[in-house]
Amino acid sequence: MVVDAQLGQWGDWLFGSALAVYVLAMVLHAVEHGLLRRPEAATEQARVPVAAAGAAGTGTPGTPGTDTPATTDDGGPARPPRSRAERFGRMGVSLTVLGFGLHLAMLVVRGFAAQRVPWGNMYEFTAAICLVAVGAWLVVLRRRPELRRLGVFVLLPVIVLMFLAGTVLYTRTAPVVPALRSYWLTIHVSAAVIASGILLLAGVASCLYLLRAAHETNPARLAWTSRLPGADVLDRVAYRATALAFPIWTFAVITGAIWAEAAWGRYWGWDPKETTAFVAWVVYAGYLHARSTAGWRGRRAAVINVVGFAVMIFNLFFVNLVVTGLHSYAGVG
Amino acid sequence: MTSTLPQASAGDAGPPPPSRPGRLRRALALARNTWRGLTSMRTALILLFLLAVAALPGAVLPQRTPSPNAVDDYFGQHPTLAPVLDDLGMFDVFATPWFAAIYLLLFVSLIGCLVPRSIEHLRGIRTEPVAVPRNLARLPHHAESTSDEDPDAVVARARRRLRGWRVAVRSEPGGVRTLSAEKGALREVGNLVFHLSLVALLGGIAAGELFGYEGQVIVMADGSEFCNSGIYAYDSFRPGLQVDGTGLDPFCLTVDGFRATFRPDGQPDSFEADVRYQDTAAVQRGDGVWQEHDLAVNDPLRIDGERVYLLGHGYAPRFTVTFPDGQQRVGLVQWRPVDQATLLSEGATKIDPPGVTDEAQRRRSQLAITGLFAPTSSGGGLVTSVFPALNNPEVAVDVLRGDLGLDSGRAQSIFSVDQGMVEQGRLVRVARENLRPGEEITLDDGTRVRFDDVQNWVSLQVSHDPAQTAVLLAAIALLGGLTLSLTVRRRRFWVRAVPAGPTVPSTTDGRTVVMLGGLARTDRAGYGEEFGRLAAELAPRRTGDAGEPDTEVTGRTVPDPAVPEEVAGDVPAVADDRTAPAREARDDDGEDDDGR
Ligand code: HEM
Repeated sequence: MVVDAQLGQWGDWLFGSALAVYVLAMVLHAVEHGLLRRPEAATEQARVPVAAAGAAGTGTPGTPGTDTPATTDDGGPARPPRSRAERFGRMGVSLTVLGFGLHLAMLVVRGFAAQRVPWGNMYEFTAAICLVAVGAWLVVLRRRPELRRLGVFVLLPVIVLMFLAGTVLYTRTAPVVPALRSYWLTIHVSAAVIASGILLLAGVASCLYLLRAAHETNPARLAWTSRLPGADVLDRVAYRATALAFPIWTFAVITGAIWAEAAWGRYWGWDPKETTAFVAWVVYAGYLHARSTAGWRGRRAAVINVVGFAVMIFNLFFVNLVVTGLHSYAGVG
Repeated sequence: MTSTLPQASAGDAGPPPPSRPGRLRRALALARNTWRGLTSMRTALILLFLLAVAALPGAVLPQRTPSPNAVDDYFGQHPTLAPVLDDLGMFDVFATPWFAAIYLLLFVSLIGCLVPRSIEHLRGIRTEPVAVPRNLARLPHHAESTSDEDPDAVVARARRRLRGWRVAVRSEPGGVRTLSAEKGALREVGNLVFHLSLVALLGGIAAGELFGYEGQVIVMADGSEFCNSGIYAYDSFRPGLQVDGTGLDPFCLTVDGFRATFRPDGQPDSFEADVRYQDTAAVQRGDGVWQEHDLAVNDPLRIDGERVYLLGHGYAPRFTVTFPDGQQRVGLVQWRPVDQATLLSEGATKIDPPGVTDEAQRRRSQLAITGLFAPTSSGGGLVTSVFPALNNPEVAVDVLRGDLGLDSGRAQSIFSVDQGMVEQGRLVRVARENLRPGEEITLDDGTRVRFDDVQNWVSLQVSHDPAQTAVLLAAIALLGGLTLSLTVRRRRFWVRAVPAGPTVPSTTDGRTVVMLGGLARTDRAGYGEEFGRLAAELAPRRTGDAGEPDTEVTGRTVPDPAVPEEVAGDVPAVADDRTAPAREARDDDGEDDDGR
């Protein structure tokens, strides 16, 4: 199995560039927040879909495949000129798209360099999760440009995770151990990556929901959250993301069990990784139940969703780095 | 929930006589309330939460079932804390009564919730879609327009458009025609399939625990044979509760060779064991016909109902001991890797002196060759391994003589000597040396210990689980049900076609006023769009949409008998009921209606 070091080098370079671009995008989004002088007006804009849709046009100018014109002066009611804040926000989005492109290229290059799917170790796995999270975020933006102001909060965890991936978790391009050499690596890990990325978005939305809801019950508190979309919108984003990711996560757990049957001799053995995956699954099932139980719908459901994401992160870091499980080729016990 | 029986019995019977029926009733009431409480959504939620919390120690603390050695290590590191945790079952979380109690309660709750729900669902499928609410303008999605067709034609057209929906057409006084349509019953089906699959899954897992087994055995890769003839053939064996070790399928296999390849940095590249096997039928025929198989990681050998796995491998240094009288003994036992990256291994090869009949004499002259083995030695005085393959093998051994303590009755590790014996001075070191293959040590009494060569061993696992396929099928059904229940949207669509007249004036000159209403009963996005499309086709001229759901308005329609209960229902009051999700108004689509 040939490992192309030159390509691997390119992958590292792309990773660094993507991270830098994300940081820049986050800064631009933060400037947008800072420039929003009149939070009240901003809120209204974000909450009324028609106004927001008109004002924001398309959130992703310059995206390949974006065919909606970026300009909005196609007749219609007269609209105030684009504010400075908005210009910064839109630049933030453009950079996010650029970062996503570099990030995607990084994983593709890495895959070619190692001649396998690019999620064979924690570095690649974390990078792939972040890619899915940013991708999911761009999909949300495309459908709901008025949510643009969440950009800072989506990019923040992505940047933190990628920073950790690039420093603590960094691994040179290499083929995987025999235990991982199976088509189940592609199936099981892809599903886990996709679910985790989308759940990251859901977790961010639920966190913001909690802050925003606290502000809505007592407007004196957390005044800055008035620049965010309304609590109901945040709740809906969290729910839809979770409802989409949950079956994918279920699929990931099931295919993991099938793989474990072929690799370790049993489909379920309460290995730390399996246990934590199960705990996360149960927590998210709890979230979906809470959404249809009176008295649990709003804040409690959001707390459960945040707990769910905390368990996912715990699974990624603690279980991989601290607890020793079967996730390496085991010798005799 | 408010009409619980204790009140009723107190009220109806006047001063409650201490009669049997009264007590019986009260007991029944208690039972019923307990049952209701147990099968309530809130209880299910709390039990789910408890399940998650209870499973957590299983991830944080080492568990006996997958890793008994790690538990021992933990005891060593936390001598005061560990026994306390042990008493709480923290090292065997998934076998503790409290864990079982949580999931059993959860499943009782689940069944108690599902059965009534299934019945209601069946009933719901057979009844007609509910009548059109009196005031469609109060629904989250609504539209109004006029048409040049008469009411019958309007409804007929709607009916054609709504193919695939369940539809009921009704008449109201004054020549008014209405149409009610419903779609998305599959969501409920999916939900039921999902929850029933969970029960089936648990049943399958339980069956596996009862009738399955798992055994590990180390086999030298020099043509040694292993037969699944009973528990004694294994190094460790974990039987299911209904397995006593008799009646295992007696297949046999031999390990003829083992190959490991490593990349230059020491990362393993491939493992493969050449095995030959006879399945049960062949063993019973006794015809000596063997089939060949390459056993590799991720590629188990499946014989009859058993699966054989290659779990790991290691090295066994072979020593030949030549006693002063010329007799020879060969010691070949597996040493265990202490470093997975370099396969530096440790072990103890124990040898009984030949021809010694006197027990006391024998206990003074037993030998143990113990130490470290490096497949690729770093060279130098201190032997360490720098690579996992057999490139430059070397052992660093202590030879001990004396009483190995094998007769003490205490279990002893095959990888080490009994340190108690060493401390008591009953086992004494008589030599320490580094040896390469072919080199030997001569002991003080003339005994020679030669390091001959190295043999590979493989660690195999045999697993048997008769319910495994059932579990897989249940898991697939579970995923299918879940996907259905999370993607299918339940929605209703209503049409009321009213002849234009003094009471309902037409805004244009059309003959018929067409009023449309829509209600999504689930959380999923997109009904706004679909409703918009329907409205554009069925009432094309002037459409309007409420935009955001307005629960206050729908809440005020309670007295209207024509309004279906899920619109009218007081959400918090019914929502704790099992069937609440099906009953309550759910419409979160307002935000989607931004016209794109
Ligand atoms: C083993 C424990 C359970 C698990 C893992 C579980 C999991 C789930 C999941 C993932 C969903 C989401 C599907 C959907 O939203 O349609 C769901 C829905 C539902 N579950 Fe459970 N469940 C469990 C036990 C129960 C119990 C005990 C009850 C009865 C109290 C129950 C009642 C419901 C209901 C009514 C829904 C539909 C909610 C809705 O329509 O939004 N579940 N369950």
